Amino acid sequence: MRTRWIAFLVWPALVLPALAAPETFDFKDPKNGNKIEFKLDAPAEKIAGTANDISGTVTFDPQNPGATRGKIAVATASLTVPNAMQTTIMRGSLWLDAAKYPQITFEAKELKNVKTSGTNTTADVTGTFTLHGVSKELTIPVEMRYLKDKLGERLGGNQQGDLLVITSTNFSIQRADFKIMPGQNLDKVADTIRLTLGVAGASPK
Amino acid sequence: MLVLLAALAFWAAAGAHRGWTVNNIRRETTDPVTGLSGATYETGFIPGWDFLAAAALAAGLMAGASFLFRSKKAGN
Repeated sequence: MRTRWIAFLVWPALVLPALAAPETFDFKDPKNGNKIEFKLDAPAEKIAGTANDISGTVTFDPQNPGATRGKIAVATASLTVPNAMQTTIMRGSLWLDAAKYPQITFEAKELKNVKTSGTNTTADVTGTFTLHGVSKELTIPVEMRYLKDKLGERLGGNQQGDLLVITSTNFSIQRADFKIMPGQNLDKVADTIRLTLGVAGASPK
Repeated sequence: MLVLLAALAFWAAAGAHRGWTVNNIRRETTDPVTGLSGATYETGFIPGWDFLAAAALAAGLMAGASFLFRSKKAGN
């Protein structure tokens, strides 16, 4: 009889995680810690900068990371390089045209080569990357870390919830593919733009 | 010459940065919970080669102007 009672009390703990619904993570970070870094290595000049105004949502199921879907957006006007004049020119109408194209987005549509170890998942995410008004399909290698019940620790408040950390350190695009001054100023502004992504999303409870 | 030397001294004292003048100073940060490392930018000023070029140009213009407005020696 006692064994039955224990089984009755314990089964939800065993079964419910398997039935857990996917969580939606918001990537508008209140601590403004989300970053995308970009690097351009031209023969005459190396340019490195960051973008930190990031938003978007990702739906992630810890039991099925391969079903992850979502969209991340970067405000074009948040792209910054160390020199103020270069920053202004980069955001201007000749280059990124932040006024006309205020967002750079990536919408995940499919995950391949999904490998999960504990709370870490690596995968190749295929989706639509939109920059300067041009959309192209792109595959990005990512690592996702699911940090259960870590939201409160990060925010230092009473808000409880989970975190999803997404990083990608090895992907690049060609600016000519996105009609950003194609073939122009290649000695100073490289065609290849190397990107590094490091973002954390929150799923409050 | 004094302007050029002062500019060189300022550039050297500010770290002798070989590149464009930096107006947004990069600060590395690491989030202790997520482990994410990244950079933030703070407004500042680190003079670069364009600062030296501007100083050299200003020094050259001042040197040239000094020849135009030289006071004539008495008796000449």
